[in-house]
Amino acid sequence: MRSNVLPRRSPAAAWLAENGAVAALVVLVVALSLLSSDFLSLTNLLNVGVQAAVTAILAFGSTFVIVTGGIDLSVGSVAALSAITLAWTATEAGVAWPVAVVVALAVGVAAGLVNASLIAYGKLPPFIATLAMLGIARGLALVISQGSPIPMPDAVSRLGDTIGRYLPVPVIVMVVMGVIAAVILNRTYAGRAMYAIGGNEEAARLSGIKVDRQKLITYGLSGGFAAVAGIVLASRLASAQPQAAAGYELDAIAAVVIGGASLSGGKGRALGTFVGALILAVLRNGLNLLSVSAFWQQVVIGVVIALAVLVDTLRRRGTN
Amino acid sequence: MRIPAIVIAGAALTLGLAGCGTAGDSGSSGGGQAGVKIGMSVSTLNNPFFVQLRDGAQEQAKKLGASLTVTDAQNDASQQVNQVQNFTSQAMKAIIINPVDSDAAAPAVKAAERSNIPVIAADRGVNGAEVAQTVASDNVAGGKLAAEELAKQMGEKGQVIVLQGTPGTSASRDRGQGFEQGVKAFPNIQVVARQPADFDRTKGLDVMTNLLQSHPDVTGVFAENDEMALGAIKALGDRAGRQVKVVGFDGTPDGLAAVSDGTMAASVAQQPRLLGQQAVAAAVKAAAGETLEKTLAVPVKVATKENVSEFQTS
Repeated sequence: MRSNVLPRRSPAAAWLAENGAVAALVVLVVALSLLSSDFLSLTNLLNVGVQAAVTAILAFGSTFVIVTGGIDLSVGSVAALSAITLAWTATEAGVAWPVAVVVALAVGVAAGLVNASLIAYGKLPPFIATLAMLGIARGLALVISQGSPIPMPDAVSRLGDTIGRYLPVPVIVMVVMGVIAAVILNRTYAGRAMYAIGGNEEAARLSGIKVDRQKLITYGLSGGFAAVAGIVLASRLASAQPQAAAGYELDAIAAVVIGGASLSGGKGRALGTFVGALILAVLRNGLNLLSVSAFWQQVVIGVVIALAVLVDTLRRRGTN
Repeated sequence: MRIPAIVIAGAALTLGLAGCGTAGDSGSSGGGQAGVKIGMSVSTLNNPFFVQLRDGAQEQAKKLGASLTVTDAQNDASQQVNQVQNFTSQAMKAIIINPVDSDAAAPAVKAAERSNIPVIAADRGVNGAEVAQTVASDNVAGGKLAAEELAKQMGEKGQVIVLQGTPGTSASRDRGQGFEQGVKAFPNIQVVARQPADFDRTKGLDVMTNLLQSHPDVTGVFAENDEMALGAIKALGDRAGRQVKVVGFDGTPDGLAAVSDGTMAASVAQQPRLLGQQAVAAAVKAAAGETLEKTLAVPVKVATKENVSEFQTS
C-alpha cells in the first residue's frame, strides 16, 4: 500500500514524512534555545549527547526487535546484569578486564538468545518471554552483587570519560552502535529478514526465510546492544549498580516509536531511533535548565512523547 | 565505638525484658524465647540501605534467639500486602513491615491486628492503621542537620542546588522540608534550583551536569540521598569537595567512602543496621505482650571526614 502512494509525493515532503521526528526535534531545540540562554552551548549539547547515549544504544537494539514486530522488555535489566557481570569478574574474580568485557557482552547476547528461544521454540509471546527475562536478569544482577554497587575496573571506566577535553566517549560509542545498527538493517540479509518478518511473518516463512533462526539473531543483537549500554552506563559512574537502568526499556521503546517505527512491525530505522533518543534527552536537559518542578516534569515528558508520535502519524496521513 | 555499646546495652536490656515477659507467661523462660517467630517484609533489597536494615535485623534476631523470616516486596505495595497476609497465616508472633507505601500498607496491617499479631513499622510509618511501634529515623531533623552542616562548610554563604528524591515519597518530602527549615537560618545562602533525580545515581549525574550549565557558580549541593550525591560528585569532577561542597543523606558504604575521600562534605547517616536491630527488639517485646511507645526515633548523625570511621565500622 505504501508503494502505491510514494510516487505522488515530492521528494522533500517524502523526506519529512519519513522523518517527522526530526521536525519534532528541531521544534524542541528552537523552543528551548529561546526559553533558556544556557541551552545552546557546545558543552550543554555534548552533555545532551552523553545523556542520550545509554538510551540510544538500548533503543538501537530494540529497533531490531520492534522491526520484526516483537518487543524486548528485558533490555534495562540485561544492561544492569552485564555491567554487574563485568565489574564482578574483573574485581571479585580477578579476571583481566578485556576478558571481563567479553564475558559481559556474552551474558547480554545469551540473555537475548534465551528470549528468542522462548519466543521461537517455546511459542511464548515476546511480551511475556522478555517480561520474564526482565525479572530474571535483574534478580541475577542482585544475586551476583548481593545488592551493593561494585566498582568498575579503571581501564573500562575510561569509556565514560572524554577524549581530550571535549569529545565524550559515550557519544562515540553511541554513533558507532548507531552505524552498526543502520548497516545491519539496511545492508544485510538479517536486516532484510527482520523487515520481512515484521511485515508478514507467514509470508516471510513461505518465501524461505528461516524465521526462528532470524529471531535468534534479532534478540541476540538486542541483548548484545543492551550489554554495551550497560557497560557505558556503569563506566560513566565508575560503578556497576544492580538497580541501574531500571525502567530504561520503556525509554528505549519510546525512542524507537518516536523515531517512526511501528509496534506492529515492518517499519523502523536506526536514524529515527537516534532522533527519538535525542528528543528524550533534550527534553530532560531542558526541563532541568528551566527548573521545571518535579511533578510537572513527568507530565511534560508524557505529553511530548504523545505529541511527537501524533504529529508523525498525522503527517503521514496528510501526505497520503 | 559508641554505637556498638548502645546496641549491646539495648540488646541486653531487651533480652532481660523479653525474658521477663515470657517467664510470666508460660514459665519456660529461656526455652520459650527461642521460638519467637517474627516475619519481616522489606520494601526492597534492591538498595544497599535496606540490605543493611535486613542485616541488622538478622543480627539482632540471632542475638535474641528469635527466628526471623525476611521477604522482599520488590517495591511493590500489593506484593507486600500478600507477604504480610502470609505471615498472618503462618502464625507469626510479630510482624515487622518496612512499607513500600505508607498508605497501601494499612489493609495488611489491619488484617494482622485482627489476628492479634502486633506489627512494627520500620523506617517508614503506616497511615490509616495502628501499629505497635514505628521505628524510624527522623528525616526532618536529618534534613535540618544537613542544612546546618552544608552552611558551615560553605562559610554560611553562596548558592545551593537541591537534588530531590522521587517526587511524592515521604523521605523526599521530609528531608526536603527539614532542609528548607534549616537553611532559613542562613540569609546569605540561596537555594537556586530544586530538581528531581529520583534517588538514582545516574540521574544525579545527569541532572547535576545540566544544572551546572544554568548555575555554574554554585558552591553547595544538598542531595536527598547518597546515591544522587555520588552522581553529583561525578558531575562536579575535581570541584567536588574543593569549590563545591556536597552533602548527602543515608550514610551508605559508598557514601561514607566518599566522605572519607573528601569528595563528599558530609552524609547525614541514618543507621540502617541500628534501625533493623531496634525493629527486631521491638517486635520481640511486642510478641511478649508489652505495650510500646508509639514511635521510636532512631537518631541520625552527620558523618564528616573527622568522624566517618565510626560509621564505617558499625
